[in-house]
Amino acid sequence: MNSLPWTKNVIRARGLSKRYREGATELRALSNVDLDILAGQLTLLMGPSGSGKTTLLSILGCILRSTEGRLELLGEEITSLPEKELPRLRREAIGFVFQSFNLFPTLTATENIALALDVRGVRGRMAGHRAEELLLEVGLQDRKDAFPADLSGGQKQRVAIARALAGDPPILLADEPTAALDSTSGRTVIELLQRLAHHHGRAVVMVTHDPRVLPFGDRILHLEDGQLVGEETAQPAPAIAQGIPPAMVNTGLSQKFPAEF
Amino acid sequence: MALLARRNLFHDRVRFAVTLTGIVFALVLITIQFGLFLGFTTTTSNNIDHSHADLWIVFHGVGYFDTARMFSERKFYEVLSTPGVQQAEKYIQNFAYWKKPDGGVENVQVIGFHPGSGLGEPWNLVQGDVLDVKREDGVIIDDLYKRKLGVQQIGDRVEIGDHRARVVGFTHGIRSFTTSPFVYTSFKNSLNYTRPASREDQLAYILIKVAPGFTPAEVQKNLHARLTDVDIYTAEEFSRRTRFYWMFTTGAGLAVLTAALMGLVVGVAVVAQTIYAATMDHIREYGTLKAMGASNRYLYGVLIEQAVWSAVLGYAFAMILAHFIVQGSEKGGALILLPLSMKIGMLFLAIFMCIIAALVSINKVTRLDPAMVFKG
Repeated sequence: MNSLPWTKNVIRARGLSKRYREGATELRALSNVDLDILAGQLTLLMGPSGSGKTTLLSILGCILRSTEGRLELLGEEITSLPEKELPRLRREAIGFVFQSFNLFPTLTATENIALALDVRGVRGRMAGHRAEELLLEVGLQDRKDAFPADLSGGQKQRVAIARALAGDPPILLADEPTAALDSTSGRTVIELLQRLAHHHGRAVVMVTHDPRVLPFGDRILHLEDGQLVGEETAQPAPAIAQGIPPAMVNTGLSQKFPAEF
Repeated sequence: MALLARRNLFHDRVRFAVTLTGIVFALVLITIQFGLFLGFTTTTSNNIDHSHADLWIVFHGVGYFDTARMFSERKFYEVLSTPGVQQAEKYIQNFAYWKKPDGGVENVQVIGFHPGSGLGEPWNLVQGDVLDVKREDGVIIDDLYKRKLGVQQIGDRVEIGDHRARVVGFTHGIRSFTTSPFVYTSFKNSLNYTRPASREDQLAYILIKVAPGFTPAEVQKNLHARLTDVDIYTAEEFSRRTRFYWMFTTGAGLAVLTAALMGLVVGVAVVAQTIYAATMDHIREYGTLKAMGASNRYLYGVLIEQAVWSAVLGYAFAMILAHFIVQGSEKGGALILLPLSMKIGMLFLAIFMCIIAALVSINKVTRLDPAMVFKG
């Protein structure tokens, strides 16, 4: 997947729907969502609880399959791919960051990252070296031998981000990564995610309830009752200036939300 | 994979100790039961296996060692004149009463053989000389049964079947599968002690050494042509028939094997429960691994490695414990054998048991929905 040509439009979804059945009742978690996720942007997914944010994130992350619709990842149509192909896609194209970090408590920071490399077949010294590089990238090189229990919330999340970067994925999906953090840690994390989008050309999609992160988003998608009901675009954003489709609306978000976290 | 497997396994030491205890308990139980089974089977046929005879002649229909039926001495002379027979010796085995010096009575199995013939003699002699049983009242017993038979040393006097007997030697480690200890004496003495009902029929077995240039099968065929009303077995056949009789016809072996099987079932249950509990404790981590793109095969690798670690460590402790139990058994009436082949077999059984136990967890992880990682 990484060998594919770098594309601006890394995720393309058309008519995505997700229905669940609970007894005789059918629940519609997602309804006819059209979406393009662009490289180099930090895209925020917002909406009230139960609006379908996490369902959408799970589908984009190839963890969940949509009931209807079409989804392309880096130009590859994945809706029709067999189930057994999805883990490969997740390994090669996607990094996940979770609200509760999901670090392995029995492994050190370096080992947590090395494990993500191990899943991808990178082992031994090469894995250790790469893990230390990633810790340096998130500013935690001095905590490499610390276990998660000895790290602060912000540090844990940065280790989790370093782990998500282990496969050098073009797409990062984050589920409320600042929700469990204080404002200082939250700011460090959101700045890191923004940097990964703007400076490294990654597509970062972040589900959030946290209004403090809004100024950092290049684009905000609003979900309600499983439907995409609004979209706002910040101005200027580096990637947007590099040729984002004109359909996007500039709502001047940078003026609507506080500049300080 | 290896690191995560080990860390998760050893992280909770209390639970790991419980896991190990379960495995050790199961393995010791299985090992001892199999060891007992092996010891029993060896014990039932030990007189045949140490007889140095190539062929055994028994009364027709006598299928195993411990039920002797007497037959005429004439057959012995017929055997001696059969082509291919290098040596033939009379041999007797029969039950008799042993009156202890203090007056108590025990049942014993008297074995009568020809001293110095090299066939059917006692082995592992630790005191005395086998030729001493040529004396009119000389007997040899095993030192394991000193207390049971009420004797302490060479020279102690007892009565067997109302005839005087004197202990002239001790063997070590010749156990009887029945509760009656073996008493070795000369064929002549044994007739006094066992008192065959007929003066004509005073032979229970004839032990044969095959002459060079003949195979036991050839001599067996020659003997069949001359003798009637007897069965002729190679030592190996007779040994196998005796072992089979005691182990499977009486149900003794089945009981031991059933206990071993129960050990296996208990072991699988205990290990499955503990590995499953460990998996459930780390279920979110498995979900995270799945979300990260780890294949089911990768996850199975983690679980199987944990199972193998549990098996190998449990096995090591179990073998140490079993070794002490086996050592302790050497002084007792029941023989427990633990040969190298069984030790190696137990290692594979331990690994097999733990992998089977891990299947419950593997099934759980296979069905795990990676979307669980998004649920706070």
